[in-house]
Amino acid sequence: MKATFGATKGIIPPLVLGLVTLLLWQLAVVGFDIKPFVLPSPTAIGGQFFENLPTVWSNSLVTGFNSLVGVAVGAVLGILLAVIASLVRTIDELSSAVVAAAMVLPIVALAPVLYGMFSASQQTARQLVASLAVFVPVYVNTLKGLRQVRPVHRDLMRAHAATTWQTIGTVTLPTGLPFIFTGVRIASSLAVIAAVIAEYFGGPIGGLGKSITTAAAGSNYPLAWAYVLGSIILGLVFYLAVLAVERWVLRNRGS
Amino acid sequence: MTGQDGISTVQDSKTDQKTDAAHAADAPAVAAVNVGKVFDGKRGAQVVALEDINLTVARGEFVSLIGPSGCGKSTLMRLIADLDQPTSGELTVFGKSAQQARLDQDYGIAFQQAGLLPWRTVRQNIELPLQLHKVGKAERTERSTELLKLVGLTDFGDNFPDQLSGGMQQRVAIARALAESPNLLLMDEPFGALDEMTREHMQGELAHICAETGAAVVFVTHSIPEAVFLADRVVVLSPRPGRIRAIVDVKFSGSVERTEHLRESDVFFSSVSEVREHLHGSADANPLGVDN
Repeated sequence: MKATFGATKGIIPPLVLGLVTLLLWQLAVVGFDIKPFVLPSPTAIGGQFFENLPTVWSNSLVTGFNSLVGVAVGAVLGILLAVIASLVRTIDELSSAVVAAAMVLPIVALAPVLYGMFSASQQTARQLVASLAVFVPVYVNTLKGLRQVRPVHRDLMRAHAATTWQTIGTVTLPTGLPFIFTGVRIASSLAVIAAVIAEYFGGPIGGLGKSITTAAAGSNYPLAWAYVLGSIILGLVFYLAVLAVERWVLRNRGS
Repeated sequence: MTGQDGISTVQDSKTDQKTDAAHAADAPAVAAVNVGKVFDGKRGAQVVALEDINLTVARGEFVSLIGPSGCGKSTLMRLIADLDQPTSGELTVFGKSAQQARLDQDYGIAFQQAGLLPWRTVRQNIELPLQLHKVGKAERTERSTELLKLVGLTDFGDNFPDQLSGGMQQRVAIARALAESPNLLLMDEPFGALDEMTREHMQGELAHICAETGAAVVFVTHSIPEAVFLADRVVVLSPRPGRIRAIVDVKFSGSVERTEHLRESDVFFSSVSEVREHLHGSADANPLGVDN
């Protein structure tokens, strides 16, 4: 963790804030005698979390896999289409309206429709929702990154009679790499959110979202919260994993 | 300045494909005949950047282009490099069209900004042209080792550009331009961003490198002493539209080595004044146009 964050100093203030918040939350629940269906105490949530660790874990695997498929498919498509759009002006112009629409559209709203299109007993619809949620920020950021190529580098590649694909591989993509990583990093936690929420709308048993609704329906609120905690951890894992890869790649290439 | 013979050579090579190679073998490095460049500005306005440029650069010759800012000297270099295309006249590089010369990689180029790729090491930057043209790894390493030695950066091959000073970055850019041993080097104010001390040092090194490689050089600068120190001929351009106002032969006796002593010689001073007179001399000259 230390290595990921760079300096230990940076993580102390948020850690303290988090602990203080938990403490106040606990005191408030006990002091004002707040009922569990309104707000369970952190210790109750923690207790349920550790008690049901195996099921939280197995459900996290289901949602995590859907999110992972979403990140992979969405990122590859987003980068690929951005490269094409950066080459062909018409595609860029055609896609900008669709992308603008996709940015304001709550993509999880498509989940019920997709469950209809694909079998509701398969994970396909959830993975598609996650892919779409990933695609948009990756596409937008990548396209922006590909436009950052310095004129002197463009002249250089032309002077050396580089082919279009050589130029993309040697100059355009490396220039855009920090932007691509920003896109994927933002998208990684969006993928988890999309995958969890998509489960609210149906589909097969299994997954954190499904477990949250089931536990809440059974009035087991501390357990529902334990699954929420699982979702938060899953989202963080995705975010930090991408961040770690980003730091490692960008550091090893010198800038 | 291009005589009847020069023109007929160009026409022959166009009409008779078979003799192309023969002509190319002794064609000058650069031949510009009545070259002009007009840029389309905003709202249909046209900017004449260059007009009636007639210039021949012989093989192995060092020619400096000098003139005030905005006189089109960089544009002329970009035309030779086929980064822009002339709107009139004819421009040939080693007897071929500028485009063909670019595709054949007949020239190496260095810009005012070093233009190194920051994510590549110094060695990888120097090897870039070789890599683009599919030269094998062993050969690339051998060549880049040679070039690192030539520009005095042997110990910095594995560093990234940001870890180098501006002067060192320019040396890397020059090494990269030399990677494929071109017969023509195009340089657009490569030392423009350097301090005077580094600049004079780099000029000495460049003179040395050129003497060693025997390449023809087109060197764009706005510094009179730099132009005179390096060049066999200094081409003085006038501002808007850019035209050749004068061509000054710098007559250092014989094949004199360009060292620091040269800067204090009488020939150096007389050539500097001659170039300066041409720059400021005529009635339409802009007295504030040149900074050096």
